[in-house]
Amino acid sequence: MSTQPMSASPAMPTYLGMPAFPAAAATALADSQLRHNLAHATGTIRAKRARVVGELSDWADLRATAKAIKDHTLANLDTYLLRLEDSVTAAGGHVHWAADAAEANEIVASLVRAAGRDQVVKVKSIATDEIGLNEALAAAGITALETDLAELIIQLGHDRSSHILVPAIHRNRSEIREIFLREMADAPPGLTDRPPELAAAAREHLRRVFLAAKVGISGANFAIADTGSLVVVESEGNGRMCVTLPETLISVVGVEKVLPSWRDLEVFLALLPRSSTAERMNPYTSIWSGVQPGDGPREFHLVLVDNGRTATLGDHIGRQALRCIRCSACLNVCPVYERVGGHAYGSPYPGPIGAILSPQLRGMTDPIDQSLPYASSLCGACYDVCPVAINIPEALVYLRSKSVDAKRAAKKGRPEAVVFGLTAWGLRSPKRLKAAQRAAAASRHLVGRSGQIRRLPPPLSAWTDTRDAPAPPAESFRSWWHRTRGGPR
Amino acid sequence: MRIALFITCLTDTLFPDTGKAVVTLLERLGHQVEFPESQTCCGQMHFNSGYRRESLPMARGFAASFDGYDAVVSPSASCTAMVREYHGQLADEAGDAGLARAVAEIAPRVHDLSTLLVDVLGVTDVGAYFPHRVTYHPTCHSLRMLRVGDAPRQLLREVRGLDLADLPDAESCCGFGGTFAIKNPDVSAAMGADKVAAVQQSGAEVLCAADNSCLMHIGGSLSRQRAGVSVMHLAEILASTEAEPAIPRGHQTAARR
Repeated sequence: MSTQPMSASPAMPTYLGMPAFPAAAATALADSQLRHNLAHATGTIRAKRARVVGELSDWADLRATAKAIKDHTLANLDTYLLRLEDSVTAAGGHVHWAADAAEANEIVASLVRAAGRDQVVKVKSIATDEIGLNEALAAAGITALETDLAELIIQLGHDRSSHILVPAIHRNRSEIREIFLREMADAPPGLTDRPPELAAAAREHLRRVFLAAKVGISGANFAIADTGSLVVVESEGNGRMCVTLPETLISVVGVEKVLPSWRDLEVFLALLPRSSTAERMNPYTSIWSGVQPGDGPREFHLVLVDNGRTATLGDHIGRQALRCIRCSACLNVCPVYERVGGHAYGSPYPGPIGAILSPQLRGMTDPIDQSLPYASSLCGACYDVCPVAINIPEALVYLRSKSVDAKRAAKKGRPEAVVFGLTAWGLRSPKRLKAAQRAAAASRHLVGRSGQIRRLPPPLSAWTDTRDAPAPPAESFRSWWHRTRGGPR
Repeated sequence: MRIALFITCLTDTLFPDTGKAVVTLLERLGHQVEFPESQTCCGQMHFNSGYRRESLPMARGFAASFDGYDAVVSPSASCTAMVREYHGQLADEAGDAGLARAVAEIAPRVHDLSTLLVDVLGVTDVGAYFPHRVTYHPTCHSLRMLRVGDAPRQLLREVRGLDLADLPDAESCCGFGGTFAIKNPDVSAAMGADKVAAVQQSGAEVLCAADNSCLMHIGGSLSRQRAGVSVMHLAEILASTEAEPAIPRGHQTAARR
């Protein structure tokens, strides 16, 4: 997959200007290597997840509890955010508030400059992808080095993440070998595509990066209001390095990540690893509260980012997307994601959750965001596996109505609106429905004797390009009933 | 029991044999079936495509047509789910308290065929005979919205002569998805192709499901590929008897009915 064009819009700046989902999906579908990589990877993790979730008899209760905690927190977000600020400050940290991506990027860049550095090491963070932090830092003359193995592969390959948890899921090991040999100056020349060798090469490379690092940048999975604690869960230990070795640590965190108290964490630490990596417990859990003399960073900054979140919170159906804990279980079970991968979604949040989150965070003005709520067959597999019970299909159809209403207001999308208006008019009345059925029955002879319609005009040609359509029967059910059983009710 | 048939606009218009089969089957089991002729459409296509405003009058029409029955049965799990899950939401959003009350009254009594038979009427052996190798595709809305569970397979297992074949990766979506099939045709076709391959792998002569919409998509792909596998709605298999056996026939024969 090639990299996507950039544009200068302030929110999630690096992904807009992409083609709408159907066109991007068609390109992805044509990439048979990609489809093979994805089907293998998602199929494996899907089965593993089902196994470890099945081990917990109280999964449904945990899920309901997590939903309740998140809903309560979001409904009282102002209270808990101010409490978090107090706790972090009391523990010796500094809290910054960013209304949007530009503000957040400016805060981070000025903190790095204040530390007198032009290089930072990063923990894998989707929030920083969302705000386009790496690009903004580069523009400010600061180099951001990704230290998560998959993020490193993405960065070295001048590529984009295509999965929340496994950003390089679209790459196989021979592609990774090529990227390392081409882009990593210290890669061993005889490098093969054996996974242990690839991991060892990355480890050697990253060790030098960690030891030289003076500023670390992270996101956070959770922020505890009562204690001011930040929590990062990860699998590789690179996160642990980034949050402990540098002198200055900057954490960029969406405002919806706050949890009221320490006790709430036990629920989420049971749900998240099983849902994401299909592990009972993730290998590394780093938790820190402010700064401790003689241990870890001397300076800690928490940048709390809104970037469309409070606007999303104002929506009675859409706000449930803010419960998301970024586990990516919905991506792994999604039949659409499995076939097209993450790039077609035009956002650091791909898959089902991305299809409801990106259009809300960015607004629905760009073609990619208008098309995302339609990038689903509404099969509901995502809702079933979501550990915080986000009803993604419900949100998708609701966002479709917002897209339609926006087009109505702008007097756009007329041909489709006319079709839906006419069919709705026809379907409101049994008389008109019956008349339409009679007309259809009269046209059935045009089809020929097979009873198959092999070709229809646009837009229905989208159906008959790959599928036959049934010709209408001689008599509809209601005509048969009326003829044989007769009379109104 | 006095049961109203909610035929759905798609089955009414394109697959009348399914409706006739529901009537035959329920009457054979001793129930009185009525067809409120004022019914039209549940509004699902408009609702799911973002035309919520347009689907509201259809929800109102549904409530007016199906008031006062012991049970309402539909040959579509998807349309049943629309009524049960979303008609109340439409009423609330419109601030229509009267409609909200009517939906609360009616929606719990609306069932898809398999749950009406197994859960409400408590029957799994409906006296059917269908001597063919059949595989069953659990449609997404029957599985994950209505939670019909194993009810359709319980019914099929009791059909005399029927050989029920496992469908590989059965719970994967077929890729129909309503207007998804038109708006994202490439992804829809890719999903359909995988479902067709699974159906062929099952070795079945007939693919059965509880939704004609999904069957129209899978059947249309099977027919285009001349796969030699027929598609039939669950009702048509359950209505089949030794005296009046249903003949497996392609999706294509809609016109010859």
